[in-house]
Amino acid sequence: MGERSTFLLNGEEVVREGDPMARLLDVLREQRRLTGTKEGCGEGECGSCTVLLDGEVVCSCLVPIVQVDGREVRTVEGLAGDEAHAALSSLLVREGGVQCGACTPGVVVTLRALLERDPRPTRARVREALAGNLCRCTGYEGILRAVAALVGRKERP
Amino acid sequence: MTRAFRPRSLDEALALLADGELAARAIAGCTDVLASDAAAGRVPPAVVDLSRLAELRDIRTAGEEIDIGAAVTFAELRADRLVRRHLPALAEAAATIGAWQIQNRATLGGNAANASPAGDSLPVLLALGARLDLASAAGARSLAYDDFHLDYRRTALGPGELIVRLRLPVPPPGSVQRFEKVGTRSASAISKVVVAFAARRRGACIEGVRLAAGSVGPVPRRLEAAEAVLEGATPATGLAEAAAAAAAAEVRPIDDVRSTAAYRRWVLGRLVRRWVLDLTGPDALSTD
Amino acid sequence: MADLPDPPQSAATRVVGARPVRPDGAAKADGSAAYVDDLAIEGLWHGATLRSERPRARFAVDTSALAGSGVVCLTAADVPGRNRIALIADDWPVLADGETNHVGEALALVAAPSRAAAFAALGELRVTYEDLPAEVDLDAALAGSARELAACAVDHGDVEAGLSAAAHVVEATYETAHQEHAYIEPQGMIALPGPDSAVEVVGSLQCPYYVHHALVSLLGCEPDAVRVRQAVTGGGFGGKEDYPDLIAAHAVLLAARAGRPVKLVYDRREDMLATTRRHPSRVRHRTGVDAEGKLVAVDIDVLLDGGAYTTLSPVVLSRAVLHAAGPYACPNVRIRGRVLATHTATNGAFRGFGAPQTQFAAERQMDRVARVLGLDPLAIRERNAYRPGDVTPTGQVLDESASALQCLAEAERRTGFRARWQALEAERSRALDDGRPRAGIGLSLCWHGVGFTGNGERRMESPVAVRLERGGRLAVLAASTDIGQGTETVLAQIAAEAAGVPFEAVEVAPPDTALVPDSGPTVASRTVMVVGGILERAAGELARRVREGAPGLPFAAAGDAWLAEHGPLEVVERYADDGTEFDEETYRGVAYAVHGWGADVVEASVDPDTLIARTERATLVCDVGKVIHPLLCAGQVEGGSLQAFGWGHLEAARVTGGRLEQGSFSTYTIPTTLDAPAMETVLLEHPGGSGPRGAKGVGEIPMDGGAPALAAAIENAVGIAATRIPATPEVLFEAREAGDDDG
Ligand SMILES: Cc1cc2nc3c(=O)[nH]c(=O)nc-3n(C[C@@H](O)[C@@H](O)[C@H](O)COP(=O)(O)OP(=O)(O)OC[C@H]3O[C@@H](n4cnc5c(N)ncnc54)[C@H](O)[C@@H]3O)c2cc1C
Ligand code: FES
Ligand code: FES
Repeated sequence: MGERSTFLLNGEEVVREGDPMARLLDVLREQRRLTGTKEGCGEGECGSCTVLLDGEVVCSCLVPIVQVDGREVRTVEGLAGDEAHAALSSLLVREGGVQCGACTPGVVVTLRALLERDPRPTRARVREALAGNLCRCTGYEGILRAVAALVGRKERP
Repeated sequence: MTRAFRPRSLDEALALLADGELAARAIAGCTDVLASDAAAGRVPPAVVDLSRLAELRDIRTAGEEIDIGAAVTFAELRADRLVRRHLPALAEAAATIGAWQIQNRATLGGNAANASPAGDSLPVLLALGARLDLASAAGARSLAYDDFHLDYRRTALGPGELIVRLRLPVPPPGSVQRFEKVGTRSASAISKVVVAFAARRRGACIEGVRLAAGSVGPVPRRLEAAEAVLEGATPATGLAEAAAAAAAAEVRPIDDVRSTAAYRRWVLGRLVRRWVLDLTGPDALSTD
Repeated sequence: MADLPDPPQSAATRVVGARPVRPDGAAKADGSAAYVDDLAIEGLWHGATLRSERPRARFAVDTSALAGSGVVCLTAADVPGRNRIALIADDWPVLADGETNHVGEALALVAAPSRAAAFAALGELRVTYEDLPAEVDLDAALAGSARELAACAVDHGDVEAGLSAAAHVVEATYETAHQEHAYIEPQGMIALPGPDSAVEVVGSLQCPYYVHHALVSLLGCEPDAVRVRQAVTGGGFGGKEDYPDLIAAHAVLLAARAGRPVKLVYDRREDMLATTRRHPSRVRHRTGVDAEGKLVAVDIDVLLDGGAYTTLSPVVLSRAVLHAAGPYACPNVRIRGRVLATHTATNGAFRGFGAPQTQFAAERQMDRVARVLGLDPLAIRERNAYRPGDVTPTGQVLDESASALQCLAEAERRTGFRARWQALEAERSRALDDGRPRAGIGLSLCWHGVGFTGNGERRMESPVAVRLERGGRLAVLAASTDIGQGTETVLAQIAAEAAGVPFEAVEVAPPDTALVPDSGPTVASRTVMVVGGILERAAGELARRVREGAPGLPFAAAGDAWLAEHGPLEVVERYADDGTEFDEETYRGVAYAVHGWGADVVEASVDPDTLIARTERATLVCDVGKVIHPLLCAGQVEGGSLQAFGWGHLEAARVTGGRLEQGSFSTYTIPTTLDAPAMETVLLEHPGGSGPRGAKGVGEIPMDGGAPALAAAIENAVGIAATRIPATPEVLFEAREAGDDDG
């Protein structure tokens, strides 16, 4: 029973029936088994559930599935296949942007959205874009170093 | 299980919301509906999604007004040329709401309808003299935003009534606008105090003063006593202090999880003082 | 920005000091790393916990509504044995039995086929309370009849004589609030019942053998019947040291009753309500100095709020007390420490283990004393900082690696602290009340004892094993967990270096009690120095045997030859007693094998109209003995420092009615990117102790200096000396109103 919604998930059409107010986060994790999207708080504060909805970063814990109908969702798994991911991921790891990793998928999704809009973001721009992605391990410095390295900027605070 | 409706027109939405059996609730960006209400176990029996209604989704100029659809998001607001040019205080407020992920979803109409005393856009709407276009199945009406907030989390919206558009007058030349949010941290923060200010300079004096604040009482409100001190005033020693004292005296802040009444009162006065000094120059610096 | 030593060029040290890529990074970045909530397990049920709404009450749970529903429901009556988690003191119940001692305490458990069904079942349970008088903070505990959970004291010289001879005596009291670990992955555990009452748990945890010990004691079974595995763990900081014992016990009991796997994963609010936090503290200092600013006597009272149960409080207190006088030499020292119970969620291990609390007080007190004498903050520290050969209050003689002065000098060289501080002091006294932001700079100096306190390591005798595999590969067998720090990488580096093999040839076995020996918990910054030190010997010994067996052959060939000839080769080494003594009654002797040292300089700006402080830059000088992996080391410094800054001014935490008011991520505000300063990490190497190449550990010291340096910067900017942290604008405003300022 329940409402039907149809959407593109990482490029693939998905038809889903059930509670229309189910959170996109739960649909991804429980029904699609895409567990790269994490639940750190369930109230929009931590950003570890960040996905792209029609290319825009959103907290999937605050999106009811009914509003995804007819739209496109990309998760970290869907972004992880390409060269841009390989470059970003390897720098995040090399520069100390990944410790426990609980924030990392969300950080990756946000950074991809930023880099799409601004391929050479300043440090200030990166900090603002990431303000909704909490990280308790790195002090953010390693993440900022990674982006600086990616865009070929000598990091200057 | 909740029933969900995705109307294609405003009339369809209003008809659904008018259906008493359905007891449906409007949803827009869901940043309040899913963050706090669902967490508190308040799941509505039915929802009506506003996010696809073209009537609610654009920003346009209409005569001397900037006319904003209620379901415009804060990300759209802060990026909009008209808003940035004519309503910088609103653009600034939009940029401080939540973080990027939230701004992409949260709507201006939702912020107003949700009516949290800490809603950051609300003092701006007050200071900029907004009017609301409201509609229900029974008909449409226009309401001054000053008359919208009645009591703690209670608004003038009738049953099944929606905010359709928010109209803000284009400020005349020589206008100044200010916005300041005192949050719990530098980003992604809820306000301890939020203040907005609009005025015009004419010669040496300031006119058309509208000053409003949030998180200093059960509803966002105009600071009428402080406005009265400033209206038509010319820079003079002690003006800033007088306005600050009036503002601090007319609000009823509380101690809560985010701050204390004493701090809120003090900081409100300091911000008012700072703006007046900014506007009138060091002449208004108190000599004591 | 980290200023890190370049990777060494010489062939002799190819691995230690280099930056091999952590092997778990890519899977974390593409979302494939499996945390406990990500594991797909056949037939898994979901557990949920009924929690106390009252700080202290007699209670009864009516479970009759669930009868016949198929839902599993457990109360204290269903807990086998003594209904206690085996830790230091046996006072922590698995499930509260008739009386609850804190809001959020577990009263009953349910398990059902889905999470929704489990929560629905919770809603069916009826609890009745009969409230009892509760003491919910230190004031109430002092006024009432609170239980003392621990006490200890250090005495050195004659304090009263010292104070009466002093040119100045300065007195003040300092307070620090609760702190939430706020790891981004909340706590969680899955229990899988096996055949013959054997049980396996997998979860988010720091110390597999703590959990193992707790479960063996709970079930009264043979050690072999319990297997504990760590899933990829999303941060811990001490928070997943003690509390997972309880969640594991709950999951195991539910799984046993349900006869199927059961998962207990907390959501954020539940995690914040129920799990441990940093102990709040109140520390009183009476400091005597001579006219030149040399310390002559220090009298310190340390009071910690332990929360409801003992858990690790005695150990936290002991570290708090041993660090309470700061890194300063003084002939007469008296330190008294107590932990009082309150009816609040239990406070437990948190990065720094009590030392950040007492060093906040010590550092702010140094600044206060300096002001009385008209000295600058650097001068008073230079005058009193420990030098090698100095004697600590327990009578320990410091070794050559005591680098306090070098840390200070480096901090001064990098920041020009002294001149800047003096200029800003002058600027403040001239500043107009015109709303312009004020700049301030602050300095702190800290030390941190590495490894367990006193005889802890000796008692543990931790074993670490290295096994030879085919093709010259080595397997490291240790129970140290990676909770983000990069343990796996660092241990592989140490083994590779000691054995003279490439980094890639070493594999670190996953922390699984079925596979690795009990090399002790991942706490107290002990992984690199203690576990790493033992590992260095084990790997070196293994390589020696292999090479001796086939001189001249490459290692891989020699290894295969050994295996062919002798069969399996595993070398186990244990903690080597260094012959030092610590008397746990009198607190005399060698408290720590070695110390890390650090000096932080924080530059802040404060808006005088809001008293909001922003950290702009931080220079973090840290002597880690030997840098094993520059990047991972810097990561510890940067991450730990930001936690310290959050604690210092953002993370408001107030308990009302026994409940933390800031109980969600919306109200408990940890730093975002925009709250973080630009950080410059400077790693110094003054090797000491038994660690690999003299490495001293870096996990905790970054938590010590951040908050006092930030509070000092605020004072420099606006003249308000906060004696309480977090120094939120409200705290600063109150201090100013109370007249505690000169601005
Ligand atoms: C992490 C986080 C951070 C936040 N930070 C801030 C912040 O810094 N400042 C701030 O002010 N707010 C903040 N908020 C709250 C803010 O996102 C909301 O108030 C938002 O503006 C509500 O808009 P929405 O479209 O999401 O509303 P919804 O959640 O969809 O709806 C909210 C309420 O408004 C009603 N409603 C929505 N649209 C209309 C309409 N057109 N007419 C009538 N009723 C309507 C709904 O029925 C509902 O009752 C934050 C929220 C989160 C989760
Ligand atoms: S889980 Fe969605 S923002 Fe934290
Ligand atoms: S790496 Fe642990 S939270 Fe960011």
